[in-house]
Amino acid sequence: MAIAADTRATSGPIVADKNCEKLHYISPQIWCAGAGTAADTEFTTALISSQLELHSLSTGRKPRVVTCMTLLKQHLFRYQGHIGAYLVVAGVDPTGTHLFTVHAHGSTDKLPYVTMGSGSLAAMSVFESQWKPNCTKEDAMNLCSLAIQAGIFNDLGSGSNVDMAVITADKTTLHRGFVKPNERSQKLKNYKFKRGTTAVLNEKIITKDDIGKYVSVHELEATGEERMDIDP
Amino acid sequence: MVGKDCVAIACDLRLGLQALTVSNNFPKVFQYGDNVFLGLTGLATDVSTVSDLFRYKVNMYRLREERAIAPSTFANLVSSSLYERRFGPYFVSPVVAGLDPKTGAPFICGFDSIGCIDFAKDFIVSGTASEQLFGMCESLWEPNLGPEDLFETISQALLSAVDRDALSGWGAHVYVIEKNKVTKRLLKGRQD
Amino acid sequence: MAIYTDNGGSTLAIAGADFAIIAGDTRLTSGYSINTRYAPKVFKIGGSTSSQDDASILLSVVGFAADGEALKERLDAVCKMYRYRHGKPMSVSACAKRLSTILYSKRFFPYYVHAILGGIDEDGTGAVYSYDPVGSYEREQCRAGGAAASLIMPFLDNQVNFKNQYIPGSGIGHELQERERVPLPRDEVEVLVKDAFDSAVERHIEVGDGLQMMIITKDGIEEKLLPLKRD
Repeated sequence: MAIAADTRATSGPIVADKNCEKLHYISPQIWCAGAGTAADTEFTTALISSQLELHSLSTGRKPRVVTCMTLLKQHLFRYQGHIGAYLVVAGVDPTGTHLFTVHAHGSTDKLPYVTMGSGSLAAMSVFESQWKPNCTKEDAMNLCSLAIQAGIFNDLGSGSNVDMAVITADKTTLHRGFVKPNERSQKLKNYKFKRGTTAVLNEKIITKDDIGKYVSVHELEATGEERMDIDP
Repeated sequence: MVGKDCVAIACDLRLGLQALTVSNNFPKVFQYGDNVFLGLTGLATDVSTVSDLFRYKVNMYRLREERAIAPSTFANLVSSSLYERRFGPYFVSPVVAGLDPKTGAPFICGFDSIGCIDFAKDFIVSGTASEQLFGMCESLWEPNLGPEDLFETISQALLSAVDRDALSGWGAHVYVIEKNKVTKRLLKGRQD
Repeated sequence: MAIYTDNGGSTLAIAGADFAIIAGDTRLTSGYSINTRYAPKVFKIGGSTSSQDDASILLSVVGFAADGEALKERLDAVCKMYRYRHGKPMSVSACAKRLSTILYSKRFFPYYVHAILGGIDEDGTGAVYSYDPVGSYEREQCRAGGAAASLIMPFLDNQVNFKNQYIPGSGIGHELQERERVPLPRDEVEVLVKDAFDSAVERHIEVGDGLQMMIITKDGIEEKLLPLKRD
């Protein structure tokens, strides 16, 4: 199972993030690609990921892709489309490989190849002309990459790099920056300013030693038994 | 803006109701620890509310955990606090800048009003002059600027950007954050 | 029914001591689609033939492409009529005024474009005139137009007119001396134009594909085409 996404985030015609992560972790063998309202895809997938983890802990079974898809659609349907998350759910579970799309209003599809977002038509054009059943892992990765690149170059809402997650029965590999066809070229000039170019009217320097005068917090070195789990 | 072992965060000082300037001394950058800073643009009442809310939340965190908050932790706190108000958001777009208290690594990120995080390696912009700031930062910024050079770059980017935005300006504050030192400067800017 | 479409793209013009540069990207968009990766936005105006070999005025138009095309054709026709009647090419200042009247003649159904005119004036100095859609115009040192104008313009203020830059060590606080503006040489301006567009391409989705640069000097017009990112 291969699932891929570009890395451009826009607000109107402006690129807000040139290298964002649109592939979201649900469980080790289930991943989600998100389009639509960025915050909604982020938080919805995190919420369902959490629910699925608890569910899998209480049942003692590996989470299933259909379960994930059902949780997502029920959550999104409850919000009547106001949560703008358009998702591709992909994964491998004990019942096999599964691929779904989930729309913000709660409708779902189950297909052998799917696309979502503003670049979905460009990407689907590649799938419709080149997809074959029972392809190898390499073929699937290559086709996904080409489909996303079709979006990157022909759709203005998509851009920058290709991210890809490959899920097999035994492991998942996330290829962050699988293809990087849009590196910025070297600037022709150096824009460093001479120091003192900016007019400063007032300057105040606070060193860490001075801060003790205002706040009485001191870092304690965590040692041995006291060390908390979160400390690396 | 990220530099070599340092970060800088800057804001203008104007407060306005549409075209009417109400105050020329309204800083938008707030400090929440030795080297954790938050910039807030947007609706002024929400800027005040949200900055106070985070002061409360960060203080509670410090009491509970008996340690200062790290910028990346603070970023997640900001994100989840904003998403809590998903269908009645605070009209702010925050920016977090700081240095990791353990490693000293620079950290910056930005948010939309409902808490989606934009992690960036270079710079984050926000506010009415965001397009101008994108143009300036994208052309002036380069990696590994030292604190002095970073100060010049962020200052020039901010000043030139706000001069092309009718709703921003009236002077600026710039903080340069280093491991053991924070330098705050007041810049001379056009007063129109 | 939509009367106008925004076809995106961006333009930029800078006047030097004895030259003027007008540049524009070559992408033409509508919505989230790219209609073509090569649609020039900068045109030679008022040559004696359709090849425009002996033209001495440049016009860039950005906004609604169809109106841009129509405006270019109309201004070119006016300039050619002038050359036929007077036996000499139109001066830039005259052409600038004429363009203003053309735009204002459609005050209540405007050409939906941001036009920039460039050339060499009577003293041999580079000239750039910029217009709003209904003909208000001004001669300027530099101007950015179109989708990424707000990204490029403050950069030009800072790097061409040295705005907000002071001479280090020339005083303290309010006593600091402003860095004086000097006309930039042609090669430096070309570098600024390329860097300005590369930055705009990074952050504006409607700008990209190709950069068309026209450089006008007393010896004529030189055209350069450089690649830009295509995503």
